[in-house]
Amino acid sequence: MVALVAIVAVLLIVISAVQTLKIAELWAINKGKVIYEVTQKQNKVQALLMLVFLVAYFAFFAWQVWKWGDLMLPVSASEHGVVTDRLLNITYAFIIPVFVITHIFLFWFAYKYAYNPNRKATFFSHSNKLELVWTIIPSIALTVLILFGLSSWNEIMTPVDSEKEHVLIEVQAQQFSWSARYAGADGKLGRAGVEFIEGVNAMGVDIKDKNSKDDKIVRGEIHLPVGIPVQFVFRSIDVIHSAYMPHFRAQMNCVPGVKTQFNFVPTITTEEMKKITNNEDFNYILLCNKICGAAHYNMQMDIIVESKEDYEKWLAEQKQFAEN
Amino acid sequence: MSATHHHHEEQDFLFKYIFSQDHKMISKQFLITGFLMGFIGMVMSTLFRLQLGFPGESFWAIDFFLGSWAENGVMAPDKYLALVTMHGTIMVFFLLTAGLSGTFSNLLIPLQIGARDMASGFLNMLSYWFFFVSSVIMLISLGVEGGAASAGWTIYPPLSALPQAIPGSGLGMTLWLVAMAIFIASSLLGSLNYIVTILNLRTKGMTMTRLPLTIWAFLVTAILGVLSFPVLLSAALLLIFDRSFGTSFYLSDIYIGGQVLEHSGGSPILFEHLFWFLGHPEVYIVLLPALGITSEIVSTMSRKPIFGYRAMVTSILAIAFLSVIVWGHHMFVTGMNPFLGAVFTFTTLLIAIPSAVKVFNYITTLWKGNIIFSPAMLFSIGLVSTFISGGVTGLILGDSALDINIHDTYFVVGHFHIVMGLSAIFGMFAGVYHWFPKMFGRMMNNTLGFFHFWITIVCAYGVFFPMHFLGLAGVPRRYYTNSEFPLFENMIDINELVTWFAIVAAFAQLLFVFNFFYSALRGPRSSQNPWRANSLEWTAPVEHIHGNWPGEIPEVHRWAYDYSKVDENGEYISGEDFISQVVPLGPNEKDGGH
Repeated sequence: MVALVAIVAVLLIVISAVQTLKIAELWAINKGKVIYEVTQKQNKVQALLMLVFLVAYFAFFAWQVWKWGDLMLPVSASEHGVVTDRLLNITYAFIIPVFVITHIFLFWFAYKYAYNPNRKATFFSHSNKLELVWTIIPSIALTVLILFGLSSWNEIMTPVDSEKEHVLIEVQAQQFSWSARYAGADGKLGRAGVEFIEGVNAMGVDIKDKNSKDDKIVRGEIHLPVGIPVQFVFRSIDVIHSAYMPHFRAQMNCVPGVKTQFNFVPTITTEEMKKITNNEDFNYILLCNKICGAAHYNMQMDIIVESKEDYEKWLAEQKQFAEN
Repeated sequence: MSATHHHHEEQDFLFKYIFSQDHKMISKQFLITGFLMGFIGMVMSTLFRLQLGFPGESFWAIDFFLGSWAENGVMAPDKYLALVTMHGTIMVFFLLTAGLSGTFSNLLIPLQIGARDMASGFLNMLSYWFFFVSSVIMLISLGVEGGAASAGWTIYPPLSALPQAIPGSGLGMTLWLVAMAIFIASSLLGSLNYIVTILNLRTKGMTMTRLPLTIWAFLVTAILGVLSFPVLLSAALLLIFDRSFGTSFYLSDIYIGGQVLEHSGGSPILFEHLFWFLGHPEVYIVLLPALGITSEIVSTMSRKPIFGYRAMVTSILAIAFLSVIVWGHHMFVTGMNPFLGAVFTFTTLLIAIPSAVKVFNYITTLWKGNIIFSPAMLFSIGLVSTFISGGVTGLILGDSALDINIHDTYFVVGHFHIVMGLSAIFGMFAGVYHWFPKMFGRMMNNTLGFFHFWITIVCAYGVFFPMHFLGLAGVPRRYYTNSEFPLFENMIDINELVTWFAIVAAFAQLLFVFNFFYSALRGPRSSQNPWRANSLEWTAPVEHIHGNWPGEIPEVHRWAYDYSKVDENGEYISGEDFISQVVPLGPNEKDGGH
């Protein structure tokens, strides 16, 4: 019944719209107009709207920055993140002026050069000089961005020197949870693979490998020491996941059959970050950022950054793999 | 072909409207099918926007459209992913690839180069019917057991390979793959036809440097399609083998549903490479026709030659070339060798140069013009705006070091919807408003067009601009709801605002739908050259006839952009502000942009 009423209502609306349009067109024809031509009056209105839109668009942009600026991620909690944030700001300093200036030209010209029957458009079909200018200027700006970007990228992606003091953690993803394994005192992760998964050994660690014995498996949260490089190794046992740690400007996919890696140096402890963000409940998180199934939207693990002493104390409390 | 066109005049309904081999009719078939698919894709997006704006709330509309996918009017999490997947697939391939290229390449190539029809009318008809069958299969997949494909439009395995991982990877994914294989066949048939037609069937005098920019764009688009779509086909075939015949191209070391799978030795990263080898050129397959259409309209409606014709052609070629060597920028954080990441950053950022040249040339074309704001012109100006707004954020995403932290966040969603989605659909709308008289012999209503444009552009930016902020706050895409994270608690206001804009934008499209059908059936009859334009299609009669021109095909004597050309006394050479391509050059007149 509701559907029938809805159909009738839609039909009536369409019919009345058709009739209205028809009457409007007959009216215009009666007044001797070629009805599909854009009239002078309409053209002026559209030209004016170009200006209105330009202002409104910029106002909307500014309003968003003002309104939502505070919701953005806080200052980077990793060493390389400070560099990428600076690179991001440099990129902004380049693209926002480009965005603003080109939009001003676009909509201002549209407004200014609206049709006027008493004026002729200028036949201006090319200018090598102009075209050279706006090929070369972007090229120079891009060269700067590319060089800066590539040097940051190389630094970020270079694995931690294994001779240096560092923490080695393997993070394993599966639908829809995370587990982690610390290398333990020998600094080496034992062999692992899906073929070893059985019962409590959910990460599939090879019991026979001597490097596995002191490995420590944790779930729910991982702890990181501040100021010490952390080398992550990522695995997945089912589909592709992505380990995303936005506060550390860190992300790497977890791919079944492939070991991936990422490293960073945490610089701000959880306690300090609570003060910076003015939020008592603040917590660093690791979340899944690659579509992985129905509960993709809720696949997370907490990260606690603390002093080296606290970290070592926490790690000592965790059971070794051999004890299980 | 020119000799035989008289045989086709008497045709029954079946061959005139259904199995037509006439490029003008096929163009309309592509347009209507494409728009129908696009409309379905838009309704899907409105429904999942409801879920994102008001998570967990029950809606009559969700209940009505989704039925068993949404108990009590709340969609299930895996069905949300199915909607997102199908929305992406439909919009990218069915609306903006087949709908856009299929419509305008078919309509304009023969008419603008002065040909009787496409090189092969039969292949052209097959191209449409493959597309039609593919569309039907894709729609059927919405109703099968387990639901439609749900692994994202990029269908990365193993998620797309294992029904245990998500229900949509069962029969729904099989149909998705079958539909896409047929779609690719359609695209290849069309593209080969376009290339051959443009290269071989140009009328006398229509040199490559006199081609309108639309044709250049269609040509390069078709070449890109021929080069890259087969790679997607091979990716899909290997996936079918992995799914159904136990091979391990993409699968290895998988433990799911309590057991270890026997697949070993494959790598999902191989699939990503194959997918994006099409996937990135695909962006330009979608975008270039829109840019070509805009070039034509901006020049015509500014009553000025397009600025820098040769630079425009060069930048189309440069963009197309670069687009084939940048695919890895979708894979910076997949675990691909970091050195490759560096190379792809370099090539990706280079694309900004030809893109910037195009933008500056559009703006200079407006400068000192005499602009008529037809709805087509409005959408063209809108395209330049979206191309800039979405393009500049590409410099952030294309920079591997910056991409790490915004990869797969809403920043990406905002970026590509503006630069690719909006630009392409604006180009498509512009094309429909502009060439409607060529298609239907009638004119669309301007006032409705004005409202359609302004509501659409305002709402489109209202939907996609705030997404950049979500992304910078770290909100991942493809989340059913953000409510599971305290970090994202404050984002609900943004999501709500976006959803409202999306709803208004969706309803505004009804203005277009109404205008389209009303005008096609009842609109005022068009004159032969309503926009007073130069290109060849406007020398053909309003009535559609086989072979396009009743007598000889006109000969071309000049480029397509002689608008407002004046002599030394400052008077229009032709007495009017345009000179058709068929008018011979005067004694002291130079051709082209001199």
